[in-house]
Amino acid sequence: MPVLLPAAERLLRSAMRERASGARALQLTPAHGAALLVAFVLGCGIAQAQARSYDPSILATIWKWTPLLARGFAFNLAISFIAMAIGTVAGFFLGFAQISLFPAVKRGAWFTMHFFRNAPWLVLLFYCMFLLPFQVTVFGVTIPIPDWTKATLGLALPVMANVSEIVRGAIQSIPTTQWEAAASLAFNRRQTQWMIIFPQCIKRMLPPWMNLYAILTMSTVLASIVGVNEMMTLTQRALSAENRPGLLLAFYSYVLLWFFVYCYPIARWTVRLEARYAVRQ
Amino acid sequence: MQPVWDWFRWLYGATGINLTVFYDPFDRARFASGFVMTVELSAVCIVLSIVIGVLGAWIQGSRLRVARTVVHWYIQAFRNTPPLVQLYFFYFGLGGLLRGVGGSGPVVSNVTWAIVSLSFFAGAFNVEIFRSGIEAVPRTTVEAAESLGFSRMQTYLRIVFPLAFRISLPALNNNLVNLVKTTTLAYAIAVPEMLYVSSQVWSDELNVPEMMNVLLICYFLLVGILVYVMHRWERALRVPGFGI
Amino acid sequence: MPEATAEPIVVVDDVHQSFGEVEVLKGVSFTVAKGGVVCIIGPSGSGKSTLLRCINGLVPIQRGSIRVANFDVHMLGSDKEKIALRKEVSMVFQQYNLFPHKTALQNVMMAPMHVLKENPGEVRERAIALLTKVGLAAKQDAYPGELSGGQQQRVAIARSLAMRPEVMLFDEVTAALDPETVKEVLNTIRGLAQEGMTCILVTHEMRFAREIADEVHFTDGGRIVESGPPAELFDRPQMDRTRAFLSQVL
Repeated sequence: MPVLLPAAERLLRSAMRERASGARALQLTPAHGAALLVAFVLGCGIAQAQARSYDPSILATIWKWTPLLARGFAFNLAISFIAMAIGTVAGFFLGFAQISLFPAVKRGAWFTMHFFRNAPWLVLLFYCMFLLPFQVTVFGVTIPIPDWTKATLGLALPVMANVSEIVRGAIQSIPTTQWEAAASLAFNRRQTQWMIIFPQCIKRMLPPWMNLYAILTMSTVLASIVGVNEMMTLTQRALSAENRPGLLLAFYSYVLLWFFVYCYPIARWTVRLEARYAVRQ
Repeated sequence: MQPVWDWFRWLYGATGINLTVFYDPFDRARFASGFVMTVELSAVCIVLSIVIGVLGAWIQGSRLRVARTVVHWYIQAFRNTPPLVQLYFFYFGLGGLLRGVGGSGPVVSNVTWAIVSLSFFAGAFNVEIFRSGIEAVPRTTVEAAESLGFSRMQTYLRIVFPLAFRISLPALNNNLVNLVKTTTLAYAIAVPEMLYVSSQVWSDELNVPEMMNVLLICYFLLVGILVYVMHRWERALRVPGFGI
Repeated sequence: MPEATAEPIVVVDDVHQSFGEVEVLKGVSFTVAKGGVVCIIGPSGSGKSTLLRCINGLVPIQRGSIRVANFDVHMLGSDKEKIALRKEVSMVFQQYNLFPHKTALQNVMMAPMHVLKENPGEVRERAIALLTKVGLAAKQDAYPGELSGGQQQRVAIARSLAMRPEVMLFDEVTAALDPETVKEVLNTIRGLAQEGMTCILVTHEMRFAREIADEVHFTDGGRIVESGPPAELFDRPQMDRTRAFLSQVL
């Protein structure tokens, strides 16, 4: 009889995984979608009950705003794609810098990673929003930098820090004997990293990376705080334009449903990949 | 402290780096109150979320099916929606309803709503963490304690809880560190915490870059210290012979 | 101590190696003639594996000298020089250490293609020939995870041979294997030795060592306690410690 049950190990393992990827694991199930749907129907009911005689029906109201909200959602997605792309590329370099043989590079990368992981996402968002210029002039050509690009960069920073930890963790999870075997076959360090170690890491990195992406997508609503016209901002605008009591639950559950429909397959796939990897172990 | 403040005034004159939060008494007091608010918010939410976690874990172990289901749905709802949406839900949704009932003025302040919302957010994770921690203590250990004459309460207080807590600590720490970072969201409902007062300072003094850096460093230190202390604590409490 | 007549290709002289505070090797000396087969035996923790790693330049030594072919291993500073050495000396590990994301054939082909920059077509031919030689031609497209321990170890040997090394180092290559698969690996090594490959083996297979070795070194506590041709060392050990060890394992 072991002193502690498998539950203890599971908990510790998930805590360590969380620490490694910097993001908690999303656990989305169809039941969540069903619950959101119920909340939405309930919200519609409340709104209908509180409607004044001259108000249009709640569904008509939501339908009216849907194209605008969809445009906002497209913005959320665009921000998430670009932030993820930038954060991933930068994170890769930072991750490899963290295992560099040059102490200065290693320490610098370690500090950078900690700095951006410890800073709240919202503060980083503000940082980029306010400190990046609204336009740059290169060779006499003035290029405007719209707000949403700045927000994207602001979100890419924590993504970078988290990706770098995912990369470092995955590299260090490869047994040192693989490095030794490669060395004894006369591979140099660069070749070993890129041809032997890194390809083995990809499978391990994919689940936490996808989880991070789902978290990032949900975090794009933070951009509403700094005034980017994404879905949450537009929802608030729609609500104030309607100026009707009781619309709140219907609208917010509607927004959440959109996010659920988008994130659910990703979360599901992540869990599947993780399970497959765990079996292979 | 006066020479330090004077040095920052001199710095402004000499380099243009305008750190009003150091040399201007009014800004200094403002920023300090924001810092204190962030720390208070974090501390209160940490305590409340732990209380929620313990209660929730206890209910989940109870025989009342209805109560278990309620807790289950609470966890599911709060761990899978963005905390910002939760905050809006409490402040605008519930707060709005209460306002509708109570008349003109807000019945519950925005600070309270932030505390309630953030505590429930982190609490949802804590319930799961504590429950797993309790599950990890084998039934035979409990039986051994009972056969040694411990009462049910004593068994919980002296055996199950200390063990479960040690097992839960790493996951709990992750969650609490995350909670402290999430307190910045209170900005969205105008709670005067560090981010909010900083934005007030920079819009009055037009020193955005300086304030941004002060803010970033403050959070880095705050969270960094928390992480460090928690990890030390974790190491001190680690169950020997158990770990990955 | 009988000296090999041919010119030595490996000369280990008074090697000291410490891992932190612990001195693992305390002055080890021996030579290996070209085409010779040397077995190193001894209790675990006596520094046998470390010695092989020193010869391959995987761990640095603090004192003494190691000369392999034309390389002064103890002087090799840069990675480039170490890589040049490892083209001549190849090592097979206890845990095989195949690259799990590559097939058996790819494992064999990788180093010649990317380190020696040889023509992929030729490398492929040679790799298939090597896999055939170790009896695994049919498994060339299998991934390491799909192979038994003995099969993996034979792929690892083929992978090392693909570099056309002058010297092969075997680090307890059968220690992690099931008894049934040990034989197939030993047969492969025997074949190599008969072809004239210079081999240094760390092994616990005493019978095999006795059969194959030109010279056996018994190590204990970081030193070579006794050396000699297998017939002498196994049948008429001179030292008490050797006798004690042999009586335990034989």
